[in-house]
Amino acid sequence: MPDTVEAVWRSFGGTKGPPDRLSFEQVSRGRPDVLPEPLRRSSRFLTHPVFNRYHSETEMLRYMRRLADRDLALDRSMIPLGSCTMKLNATTEMVPLTWREFSDIHPFAPADQVAGYIEMLDNLTAKLCAITGFDAVSLQPNSGAQGEYAGLLAIRAYHRSKGQSHRNVCLIPSSAHGTNPASAHMAGMEVVVVACDAEGNVDLTDLRRNAQKHAGALAAIMITYPSTNGVFEEHIRSICEIVHGSGGQVYLDGANLNAQVGLARPGDYGADVSHLNLHKTFCIPHGGGGPGMGPIAVKAHLAPFLPGHPERKSSHAGAVAAAPFGSASILSISWIYIMLMGAEGLTAASTAAILNANYIAARLRAHYSLLFKGRKGRVAHECILDTRPFKESAGVSVEDIAKRLIDYGFHAPTMSFPVPGTLMVEPTESESKAELDRFCEAMIAIRGEIRSIEEGRLPRDNNPLKNAPHTALDVADEEWQRPYSRAQACFPLERLRTDKYWSPVNRVDNVYGDRNVICACPPLAELEDAHFVETGGIKVTA
Amino acid sequence: MLKFTKDHEWLRVDGDVATVGITQYAQEQLGDLVFVELPAVGKQLETGAAAAVVESVKAASDVYAPVSGEVTQVNESAVSEPGLVNSDPMGKGWLFKLKIADPAQVAGLMDEGAYQALTG
Amino acid sequence: MKTLAENDFAARHIGPSPADVEKMLDVIGASSLDELIDQTIPSSIRQTAPLDLGAALSETQVLERVRAVAAKNKVLTSLIGQGYYGTILPPVIQRNILENPAWYTAYTPYQSEISQGRLEALLNFQTMIADLTALEIANASLLDEATAAAEAMAMARRIARWERPAFFVDRDCHPQTIAVVQTRAEPLGWQIIVGDPLGTDLDPGGVFGALFQYPGCSGEIRDFRLAIERLHTRGAIAVIAADPLALALLSAPGELGADIAIGSTQRFGVPMGFGGPHAAYIACKQAHQRALPGRLVGVSIDRRGRVAYRLALQTREQHIRREKATSNICTAQVLLAVIASMYGVYHGPDGLRKIARNVHRRAATLAAGLRVLGWTILNENFFDTICVDAGDRQATILRRAAENGLNFAASSMKTGRASLA
Repeated sequence: MPDTVEAVWRSFGGTKGPPDRLSFEQVSRGRPDVLPEPLRRSSRFLTHPVFNRYHSETEMLRYMRRLADRDLALDRSMIPLGSCTMKLNATTEMVPLTWREFSDIHPFAPADQVAGYIEMLDNLTAKLCAITGFDAVSLQPNSGAQGEYAGLLAIRAYHRSKGQSHRNVCLIPSSAHGTNPASAHMAGMEVVVVACDAEGNVDLTDLRRNAQKHAGALAAIMITYPSTNGVFEEHIRSICEIVHGSGGQVYLDGANLNAQVGLARPGDYGADVSHLNLHKTFCIPHGGGGPGMGPIAVKAHLAPFLPGHPERKSSHAGAVAAAPFGSASILSISWIYIMLMGAEGLTAASTAAILNANYIAARLRAHYSLLFKGRKGRVAHECILDTRPFKESAGVSVEDIAKRLIDYGFHAPTMSFPVPGTLMVEPTESESKAELDRFCEAMIAIRGEIRSIEEGRLPRDNNPLKNAPHTALDVADEEWQRPYSRAQACFPLERLRTDKYWSPVNRVDNVYGDRNVICACPPLAELEDAHFVETGGIKVTA
Repeated sequence: MLKFTKDHEWLRVDGDVATVGITQYAQEQLGDLVFVELPAVGKQLETGAAAAVVESVKAASDVYAPVSGEVTQVNESAVSEPGLVNSDPMGKGWLFKLKIADPAQVAGLMDEGAYQALTG
Repeated sequence: MKTLAENDFAARHIGPSPADVEKMLDVIGASSLDELIDQTIPSSIRQTAPLDLGAALSETQVLERVRAVAAKNKVLTSLIGQGYYGTILPPVIQRNILENPAWYTAYTPYQSEISQGRLEALLNFQTMIADLTALEIANASLLDEATAAAEAMAMARRIARWERPAFFVDRDCHPQTIAVVQTRAEPLGWQIIVGDPLGTDLDPGGVFGALFQYPGCSGEIRDFRLAIERLHTRGAIAVIAADPLALALLSAPGELGADIAIGSTQRFGVPMGFGGPHAAYIACKQAHQRALPGRLVGVSIDRRGRVAYRLALQTREQHIRREKATSNICTAQVLLAVIASMYGVYHGPDGLRKIARNVHRRAATLAAGLRVLGWTILNENFFDTICVDAGDRQATILRRAAENGLNFAASSMKTGRASLA
């Protein structure tokens, strides 16, 4: 580091003739700091024990391991979350991002120093265009939602460029992901909800009615395809035509791209712009809630309105992220994935994703009703299990089923989206038949438990679902007053006796948490003394 | 006199003052409430305007003014103890009181029988 | 789907083997994969030509290719600053978080019972930020500092007493921050006023809020207390974009009176990465917690009364409130927030102070040496960044810097700016 300072001095040189050779050691000796006195910090920070007890590498290592052991991630079992595409994040894809040639580059470094990055980004862009059928890509948005926002801004700018700045209505189906209307609001658009029919598809009649009603002011429609209900709607081309006919643009939410890479391209069937969730279809790991990347791909007429950036004069449009290429270093992951798979591999992956979802639907059909299907009875890459009837027949909520799945070693499918009270299952192509069967076995066993409740063999208020997840502490209780055994609670399947994931806590009280909001580390005494704890909301009793 | 709206608010009229809250059905649908936001005293509300917000863990709902009027009182107990709205939505869980601008508007609201029919 | 050779990566990525596929098709009642796809995807939209992507590479081949491309990047020591700084990621954290599938393959912690580990790490992050900024509540990350500034502006609008149409932005904010804030304001009809926060450009009665950079992009450390007081008397909101490492040595935003603080935690161990990913933060006073965007980790109890973590106040978020949500944010920067939080856990307050003091000492030494060499330093006070009046020697200096393996920032004001790390 002192070398760096000396190098800076050499770079500047002297202003009056040849400089003396300055030494860092000499110049820094006894040098006071130059922080302004009135703004010098005197208050303490990071006083909580967690910041003061893990300073040896051994302690630090074990703390990170302890935390990781509490969690259920994709390295343990399938996470069949509908709409999330929790597929393999392969090791080879992850290797280069920590190489210094990728990690130690400043986003505003001179262009001649980043030829490697530019080559990677150009190549990735070309591949994304080939996959989607669009003409241009911006890699700036660093999440799907940010991509939606950037895409809608591009549409808005396009209308303005045509003297149509009064167009501000955005049609959004009622089944849309929450980010869609939220993004439309941020882009200054007025959200008009379009109804879905009984099959979960966009209601064409309602769409035509709304497109006509708002024809003069129609800016765009935001659709997801295949739909958030897991179906390749037959009339997608008609939807695009209706909107175009009323002067609007088609924004296609690319969250479900995993069902169509190599099989269909949004740019071919009518979309004008799409964001791509690289942390879904293109293998960037989910990370617990980020990082993601949400580049937008557009048809040529929208290309001039892609996000610009003050450090790169490529476009006049506004910037949507701090860095010109978003979270650039993780783009290597998606780039490598595409190169590893090639055209055949990607098409095979989409096919397998559809196969796996249909397999689960077929295996579970006798136990759970399937909510939506395509015209030939097939689902796309995800399916929705209707768990609503159990509320009435057994007093079992979808949350109860999700928590009981934890006892079987699984993360639940997506709860209550797009339909409240249901489970949406997306296995992805990465899961083997064996893992799919393990999941089906668990779901079928749980259906059996529900049947026991329906038939009165277990009470509605005290059964393995209501009391899930069960913990090791439950098993260790002196008294066991429940109408089912400890074995049924914790080892409902034989395989769990060998490999068991233990939930570290019992069902979390959400109401308590939102009525008593505490968002910083509680004092350590309460954590270690594991009893009913409250501090300004959490009480300590011994 | 007790009246209801299709948005699951109830209205109890006493002279020219109306007490407003959400119904039993509404609190059941929402689940345990964790947060209640009430209008400022003195605020002028038009019929159908968003007057208050009630939130559970998984949903947030606007409470609309059933009739036009000026807010004269709000129920601070509902704010400090949102569970009150669940346990006694028609009584102690009232939300706010309005000085009714136009009594004729009250007549247009549903009576108890019609509301029961609506919620089955 | 033709049978893929065993050493093809696709066979490693795709779960069902060809034998499995046969059995599964049987259960589904389809005679082949082609038939299944024909029955699933409408023929009217099927793509006719195969993807134009070139042949697949093996894992060995792809790493060779990527290495060759990476070699075209030149790794200099970048002293450009402007929100991105050199930092050291402790190897134990790199291997056990960033390179550990147990952490990076996890999902968003909506199922709290099975997410207690990362929820605790995020709670540590929130606590660390709340402490450093001296504000009561911090969230579990935003996308980047510029986006966080735009979110803070939207939040200020929600909580300000008056719905005035303008928002003030410090001209010494990072340029990319100013750009993203301007983009956000435009469709919503808000006017952005960029100027000197300590002069007459900032009219407290004419704005719903103001954003200050601390230290400034130029490196200058300015006292905003009076400006913030004036904003408060007129019912406007004060937002400070603060460098978290500087806060180890400088008065915190909360102590200066700020209502909201935002910034990036990149320099807490996360490499620059040509722009990211990095976890940005936002913090505010407890009274404003419902107006906060993004995910918030909270403490609750489980059925046995034991402490349990969860995502709190989700009704603020898009999946519940939709167009009325505090923000459209869904995916954030959790893995990077976890890394930054572990940096704080590993170094502790003394470690962070030491790192900050070393950074400052280097900058002070650099400035002193440059003065000896005859240069004029334009900053009165600074933490890690100095602006040097380069006159007409700017181009020469930048060239010599590159020869010495360094990047500085050049500005149109003929200065050279260097940020130490």
